Amino acid sequence: MALLQVNEIHTYYGNIHALKGVSFEVDSGEIIALIGSNGAGKTTTLRTISGLMAPREGSILYDGEDISASRAYTLVAKGISMVPEGRGVFAKLTVEENLDMGAYTRRDGGIKADLASAYELFPRLEERKKQVAGTLSGGEQQMLAIARALMARPRLLLLDEPSMGLAPVLVDGVFDTVQRIANEGVTILLVEQNAHMALQIADRGYVLQSGEVAISDTAANLRVNETVQRTYLGID
Amino acid sequence: MFKWRTDEFSWVDFTIDVLRVVIVLGVVIGAWNTLSSGRISFAQWVNLFAAGLSQGSIYALIALGYTLVYGILLMINFAHGEVFMAGAFSTVFLAEALNRTGFLNAQPLLAILLMIAFAGLVSMSVAILLERIAYRPLRGSPRLVPLITAIGASFFLQYTFRGLYGSGFKAYPGVNALQGVIKIGGISIPVVQVFVFCAALFLMLCLYWLVERTRIGKAMRAVSENKEVARLMGIDIDWVIMFTFGIGGFLAGSAGVINGLFRPQGVNFYMGFIPGIKAFTAAVLGGIGNIPGAMLGGLFLGLIEAIGPNLVLAGLGIPGANQLKDVIAFTMLVLVLIFRPQGILGERLSETKA
Repeated sequence: MALLQVNEIHTYYGNIHALKGVSFEVDSGEIIALIGSNGAGKTTTLRTISGLMAPREGSILYDGEDISASRAYTLVAKGISMVPEGRGVFAKLTVEENLDMGAYTRRDGGIKADLASAYELFPRLEERKKQVAGTLSGGEQQMLAIARALMARPRLLLLDEPSMGLAPVLVDGVFDTVQRIANEGVTILLVEQNAHMALQIADRGYVLQSGEVAISDTAANLRVNETVQRTYLGID
Repeated sequence: MFKWRTDEFSWVDFTIDVLRVVIVLGVVIGAWNTLSSGRISFAQWVNLFAAGLSQGSIYALIALGYTLVYGILLMINFAHGEVFMAGAFSTVFLAEALNRTGFLNAQPLLAILLMIAFAGLVSMSVAILLERIAYRPLRGSPRLVPLITAIGASFFLQYTFRGLYGSGFKAYPGVNALQGVIKIGGISIPVVQVFVFCAALFLMLCLYWLVERTRIGKAMRAVSENKEVARLMGIDIDWVIMFTFGIGGFLAGSAGVINGLFRPQGVNFYMGFIPGIKAFTAAVLGGIGNIPGAMLGGLFLGLIEAIGPNLVLAGLGIPGANQLKDVIAFTMLVLVLIFRPQGILGERLSETKA
């Protein structure tokens, strides 16, 4: 059974019909890429899954349970973490406090160990743990946002445009990190405008167009799909 | 002929500059006259200073409630003065009972702790109900709407408490242990002032520790910075907002008791109004939304109220200067709004917060 199953969801911003019956599924252990141009509904899809927005129709099954009416804060404890678009670090909190907030819902004794492994994954963050997050560079903030989401020990990690606004040298690093997190057994749903990079690490992908799934296939097939190449990979 | 001036000259700037000069001159001349006349002795200055600090620490406790709520919801809870009144007015009955049984003077510290806890709980409940009933349904509406609601809630609370306890004045009983003075050299400071200041300072340190060191404190700061991301961390922001109102209420209630020890008279349903706006002034003075700012603003306002009339107004030959404390306080509010709207410690308002 799929870890996440999205069935025909319709989401609105006021009167604007942003998602028009989006369906897809994510199996445990997969990396799934959602690609598409601006305004195609990628971010809206993630916001709907994470509970920040509620779908007007359709259902979202996570581990067999319908979560479409659940509020965002209850989903973290169930194992869904999201790295929001634009990173969303708490600029006035220190790096370590940001990571503590990632583990907010946890009461177990493993938090210290997870903090240590977060610092192992991103040694840069350990050097700056007492610094307020607003003083970090864009790349460091992205590391922090990802590390913070991992502090919740998610089973499903939603990543919204992790490469956005980063210098090209840093983009490779971000995708390497995503791959490493996936290797640890975390299922990943990745939204990206950088379709080229996303399809390199993904197992499967969905192409969103005006709020609908236009194409769905394995990442390998999408990379050679003519429409995808022309529209999203810039290959003529 | 004067065309070049219309580009650069602005009556607003001109008026503000004139105002600035007049104020500086007034303060300097007044202070000079007072100091050179030697009308007030050094010991009296120290006394004014001590009284100002005590009064200021009470303002600071109330101001924290304004600033905590503003920090998290960007809203001024104008009913906060009534939250203060609720605790102070309710606890006067407990204080009378403790006094009648003799407990108040047999175990003053324990009795005062009991009173502070009781007042804190009453005010906390009022603040939480206020948030739940009056403000939460309006979250997300234009900012004027909760503001007007707050004013309505303020009247509602005043008249509810008038209905509960009547419209007469009550007074806190005196505590023997707080009578008397502490003598250092030639200076004597009333014990009650020292106690008030220490108690308020202790509560402020507790709050600082709560906000800086605890899990819920970090969550409060996270919610105040970005509610959406806070939800993605699994923080129930409704709960955090309720908690914030509760803490602000607790501080206001305890300020009610501390105030009752400092100024026993004048306990009635209307008693929250003036301290409420004074504390609001203090919060704006320190930079609204900024916790150390509210503490500093409160102490500063208390000091200015105590020292300003004697130093400046009396020096300018204004009669009855000590009656003009409130004028000083609200003049400060206007001046801060004109010259430094972000307050002493506040940041410049950004687009999102303005």
